[in-house]
Amino acid sequence: MSGPAPSNASAPPGPSLSGADIVPAHRRRYSVLTRRDKTMMALMVGIPTLLCLFFIWFPTVVSFGLSFTNWQGYTALTGKNIIGLKNYEYLFTSYPFFWPAVWHNILWLLTFVFIATPIGIFLAVLLDREMRGTRIYQSAFFIPVVLSLAVIGFIWQLQYTSQGFINSVLGRTGQEDVIDWLGNPSLNLWAVLVAASWRHVGYVMVLYLAGLKSVDPTLREAAAIDGANARQTFFRVVFPVMKPINIVIVVVTVIESLRAFDIVYIINQGKNGLELLSVLITNNSIGEARLLGFGSAIAVVLLVISLVPIVIFLTRTMREEAA
Amino acid sequence: MTAASAAAATHVRRRRRGPRWRRVLLHVFLISLALLWLFPILWTLYTALRPFGETAQDGYVSLPRSLSFDNFVSAWNQAQMWRFFLNTFVVALPGVTLTLFVSSMLGFVFSRFSFRANLLLLMMFTAGNLLPPQVIIVPLYQMYLLLPLPKPLSDYGLMYDSYFGIILIHIVFQTGFCTFVLSNYMKTISRELTEAALVDGASIWMIYRKVVLPLTRPALAAMATLLFVFIYNDFFWALMLMKSGDKRPITSALNNLQGAFFTNYNQLAAAAFLVALPTIIVYLVLSKQFVRGLTLGSTKG
Repeated sequence: MSGPAPSNASAPPGPSLSGADIVPAHRRRYSVLTRRDKTMMALMVGIPTLLCLFFIWFPTVVSFGLSFTNWQGYTALTGKNIIGLKNYEYLFTSYPFFWPAVWHNILWLLTFVFIATPIGIFLAVLLDREMRGTRIYQSAFFIPVVLSLAVIGFIWQLQYTSQGFINSVLGRTGQEDVIDWLGNPSLNLWAVLVAASWRHVGYVMVLYLAGLKSVDPTLREAAAIDGANARQTFFRVVFPVMKPINIVIVVVTVIESLRAFDIVYIINQGKNGLELLSVLITNNSIGEARLLGFGSAIAVVLLVISLVPIVIFLTRTMREEAA
Repeated sequence: MTAASAAAATHVRRRRRGPRWRRVLLHVFLISLALLWLFPILWTLYTALRPFGETAQDGYVSLPRSLSFDNFVSAWNQAQMWRFFLNTFVVALPGVTLTLFVSSMLGFVFSRFSFRANLLLLMMFTAGNLLPPQVIIVPLYQMYLLLPLPKPLSDYGLMYDSYFGIILIHIVFQTGFCTFVLSNYMKTISRELTEAALVDGASIWMIYRKVVLPLTRPALAAMATLLFVFIYNDFFWALMLMKSGDKRPITSALNNLQGAFFTNYNQLAAAAFLVALPTIIVYLVLSKQFVRGLTLGSTKG
């Protein structure tokens, strides 16, 4: 197709200029893109999109489908494998580890929200000033963040074992009075949460410090001139204008508590008091136990819970993009 | 400047610095807390430096009679740790490079051309990145057992138990966050610049490669640092999607090495310290890049 005809059609009728030059304003930007450019862009976006769809969103949908079956993966999946809601029924009513795991995830979240995150914010506020050594302090609190939770599990085992630091200091290293921090099912979750919080505090601190740096300093000065003290300035002035970063921190905190896996797995494979939804999924469906349908049902529960923070984050971003 | 505002200004300055005793108190507090924070790591190092016989006799909380690197050497040799570190680099180097390549292209298109679909696609990538990996592991594991992969890339002709498979899932999972950060960064590059290049007849590829990518270098450096640490620290993917223990990268390998090779806590401490060291060094050397990478996503530039 060539010739001026198509562009003339949309041009307003009027004195005849050389028709070929008239291109509607809103089209001009794209008219410089050649066909090759368009193909290039389609490839740049298309290939990653297909990979993302195939390796993330397709399994997500399949997980949902599998949760209605009793498939074990040895034979082909047929109509006979469909068992309706039975997996969910068993999960909610009879599976002994489900509710403890849910409760452990909730405790994990509560500890992060009410202890680790506030400490991180507190440290950020303390360190957000011109002060000698602030970089060194920041590094000290941040170093745990660069460690994997598997290594953190190792490091804290040295604190918690029978002859480890904590029992030695408490004088509880004897055979009968030793405190089994990681083996006792009513203690071990708390022991692990201390280690996990050790990491989370630094993460929140760094995110919050970045947020605090972006707060307009005149706001603080105005508050000080009005006679506000440090506490009032933070809670009444700084905290409210930090809303975007606060949302990021809420999302990060929730996601991290739902994702928790490595540290309990390295300590005892998530058993005996350390059950979490994430570990139940893998323990039931990968390795010796091959209850793929049942494991998928747990995955769907975790998915539904995870969608809450994800949707919050996306709507916030979407609104910002639109603005 | 009037007298009143000058007074207010000094008032502000004084308030911010606070009296001397308060500053001293703050430092005492921060120093103690920082030491408390570093204690588990320092303790690991201390335990690793002490011979097992000595700690068995005196207990772990005791003054040292001798210190040596013997535990490091024996942990390193017995478990053949160099192999697992090598495996890590086989995964991390292509993982980081390809993730940056893919997400910089995506970020480029998303930030330069606002098609209606772009926002939607960006959402899809970001949401995928936020999903707990355990949600998709059951079908993904089956897919990896079914998907064929030609021989040189895998030992069994499958995605399962292959480096290719591990690298791929890292790329797919990390692209979301990385694209989000890079496209935000690229939005700060002047639109006129790329539009001028376009009018001058430069192709899309040229603009991406010669105009936008060089200007994005600081963000790319930050993301490279962060991605390396993320992939180095991955425990889950290689544990689930690889069968052969000796092919696993170091972090995932810890799971098997734990009981088999590290027979006492002194050796375990040495191993833990060796595994922690690379990321700590990366952080200490590139702390600016690292922190920048983490915060770029949350504060928009």
